[in-house]
Amino acid sequence: MPKRRVVITGIGLVSALGESSQDYLKALWENNSGIKRIGAFDPVNFTSQVAGESPALRMAKLVPKAHRKATKLMSRDIELAVVAADDAVRDAQLKTKGTAPEEPADIEPTRSGVNIGAGLICCDIPELAAAIQNGTENDTFSYGKWGREGMATLTPLWLLKYLPNMLSCHVSIIHDLQGPSNAVTCAEASGLLAVGEAFRLISNDKADVIVAGGAECKVNPMALLRQCLLKRVSTKYNDTPEKACRPFDSQADGTVVGEGAGIVVLEELQHAQKRGAPIYAEITGYGASFECGPDYVAPSSQGKGIALAITKALAESKLDPDKIDMLIPHGASVPSHDLGEVNGIKTAFGAAASKLPIFAVKSRVGNCGAGAAAIDLVTAALLMKHNKIPANLNCDQPAADLNIINQTTETELNNVMTSCYTYGGQTAAMVLSKI
Amino acid sequence: MANKRIVITGTGVVTPLGCNVEEMWRRLMNCESGIGPTTVFDASTFPSQFSAQVPDDYDHLADLPQELREEHKLAGRNSRFMIGAAVQAWRQAMLPLPLNGDEPAIRSERVGLYLGAGEGPLDFDNFIAPTVEGWNSETQEMNWEIWGKVAKARMDAIRELEQEPNMPGSHLARLFRITGPCMSCLTACAASTQATGEALEMIRCGDADIVIAGGCHSMIHPLGVTGFNRLTALSTRNDDPTHASRPFDKERDGFVLAEGAGAVILEDLESARKRNAPILAEVLGYGSTADAFRVTDQHEDGRGGIAAVQLALKDAGVSINDIDYISSHGTGTAENDSIETHVIKSVFGDQAYKVPVSSVKSMLGHLIAAAGVVELITCVLAIRDQILPPTTNLTNLDPECDLDYVPNQPRKAPVNIAMSNSFGFGGQNNIIIIKKFSE
Repeated sequence: MPKRRVVITGIGLVSALGESSQDYLKALWENNSGIKRIGAFDPVNFTSQVAGESPALRMAKLVPKAHRKATKLMSRDIELAVVAADDAVRDAQLKTKGTAPEEPADIEPTRSGVNIGAGLICCDIPELAAAIQNGTENDTFSYGKWGREGMATLTPLWLLKYLPNMLSCHVSIIHDLQGPSNAVTCAEASGLLAVGEAFRLISNDKADVIVAGGAECKVNPMALLRQCLLKRVSTKYNDTPEKACRPFDSQADGTVVGEGAGIVVLEELQHAQKRGAPIYAEITGYGASFECGPDYVAPSSQGKGIALAITKALAESKLDPDKIDMLIPHGASVPSHDLGEVNGIKTAFGAAASKLPIFAVKSRVGNCGAGAAAIDLVTAALLMKHNKIPANLNCDQPAADLNIINQTTETELNNVMTSCYTYGGQTAAMVLSKI
Repeated sequence: MANKRIVITGTGVVTPLGCNVEEMWRRLMNCESGIGPTTVFDASTFPSQFSAQVPDDYDHLADLPQELREEHKLAGRNSRFMIGAAVQAWRQAMLPLPLNGDEPAIRSERVGLYLGAGEGPLDFDNFIAPTVEGWNSETQEMNWEIWGKVAKARMDAIRELEQEPNMPGSHLARLFRITGPCMSCLTACAASTQATGEALEMIRCGDADIVIAGGCHSMIHPLGVTGFNRLTALSTRNDDPTHASRPFDKERDGFVLAEGAGAVILEDLESARKRNAPILAEVLGYGSTADAFRVTDQHEDGRGGIAAVQLALKDAGVSINDIDYISSHGTGTAENDSIETHVIKSVFGDQAYKVPVSSVKSMLGHLIAAAGVVELITCVLAIRDQILPPTTNLTNLDPECDLDYVPNQPRKAPVNIAMSNSFGFGGQNNIIIIKKFSE
């Protein structure tokens, strides 16, 4: 049996550049950066004080009445996923229980799945602190008092806000997706690995439609602190936030945390054609691999894992490297990581590497953890529709001889690749092609 | 192209009833309980004061060659369990540790990994200190300046990194030198069954020939227990912990939190044959669905569970009459056990009363993300030894639970095909079917 073809029919994106993919696109063309000084909390004692924060989200308006009570159980990560998924399902012109509750749905719920990559969701510290104060004695936490009195003051369903599968679960409930359901947790590679798995499932006839992607809020004191401790974040640009994230630039000094979600509606080609759905692109190649150094943080300087994932994706797409019209790499803006990525790209693309146009999304919205690679993929689909590559910001003195695009460039985008890696070593690449 | 056949060539566990497969199995056959007072932190005033802990003397480095130990010394508690289980499975499957050029039949990029790994336990005391010091109880506001200062001084980069749910997989991939696809998922209590099922798909679709699958978890930490206690999901039978986990019993009052890990090596039959690896069972089919109902409750008709069992049966190409044994999710919560019973009856009809169903959680407790794969391994052993593990503490059947739960003692029975059920918070349903291997 020939493999079924899988296309992207809808996209949703929430990022520091707006609540929708339209806002985002507009900001890309206007060369705007979403990175600012952190507003969610006072970052004065953090080494890195800038971030890509998303706007406030209108949950009550957006979530259908039947599920509105459950918005109280949505951590920020879940909210981001729910909003982007709603955007994507509407963009795909799909009638679901969520988008058209009064009408018959045009998906078969049991053939429709969900797979949203999630991070290590951080708890709302002030909410927890308010309960913890009932578990302290002499200003110190007491296990005894917490067990006797403190924990009872924590809201009963507290844990459900922080389970990584709750992004997928809320989305499955809102849109009535009863088919295969998963929640990939591979840190910054989660978003693309989730879409890759969804691609395989549809192609192997396990589902017809899957809402897939990733979301995470890294603009949380705990999440930011973790990145500060790993010394992965920018510290030199706290006074000039929009300059802080500089993928592949020789003055880069670390990544910048962000929050956001990227969600796609994947659909079997004929299923999409039958209902006359808009088609962004077909997924024609996918590859995943593993590599990280003994510190569990950085890829090797040769970027072997990155090269392997790209090579696998290219092989499946049956495209020669010079047929790829643009690459959206991970581009974390961590100098040693960027170096590994550059070398991985060079190994995999060979002679075609120096001409390959590159756009690094993180220079605009920061590093959205489990959402990052999905935001990259959504960006790729969006740019293919417009045949235009936006400018990388801050790559003033490229640290590598790659074709880092520094002004908006119109060009035919027929085949586009995105690639990602993460601390911990999980790596993936995907090829999108025009139908 | 004929469908690939996928087999299990290795198994390993780290559980409250022993840190290897044979010890766990022997103790399950003896109806022992792994449950006792919680000692990893002071839970003496908590609503639930007991759990099923991995023995204190467990050493995740003990079985590793000296030269491979260094970079796993600081592994998180969940990753430590994972390493032990995975190394057992790897060795049983006769794979070289680490992969090297000596066995050219196995290319590292054709070996993958798929874990249903829980997050690492919170570094609790160091997490809570800045939260207490920075909190102004009068204004009910956090002073982030103080929080940041205290947190930076007390928290440690590696202890924090080790909490990331992708880290158990990262340790294994480094340890074995795997360079193929390395996945982690965390679909609550169904995670390691999901991971094993997705690993099956990974081999079927050609992305790998060998995949190490399974999961690990430890939520036996103050906020983990708090979270489940607030959900009223845990048993509070503090005066009698060893009888607290009572799946399908009328007196059940919640599950017992456990910790540990399980690992299986899934392999394309052709690859296993080429290597003369031991073949422990064949994986026939997998089903994954969502209830899409509520985040708090399972669908009362068990619709997602029913669909998952039906999908798995169809994927396996077997009928209800072929299933000889069901390893249930059987948590011991009021809701799960009655709905799971209903799911089995809905799919199996009259046949439901003829298929033995048991829950090893009655002895092991609930290993959360790791539960499913450990239970799948008990199915492998049931097939090997033609004996069913019991459901202990089953003294008063709940009228809503009227199936054959193999009460209180193991039973000799022909087992050719077994099914393992896992359900998770949020409506995750994952089912795997395995079969005794025959040419």
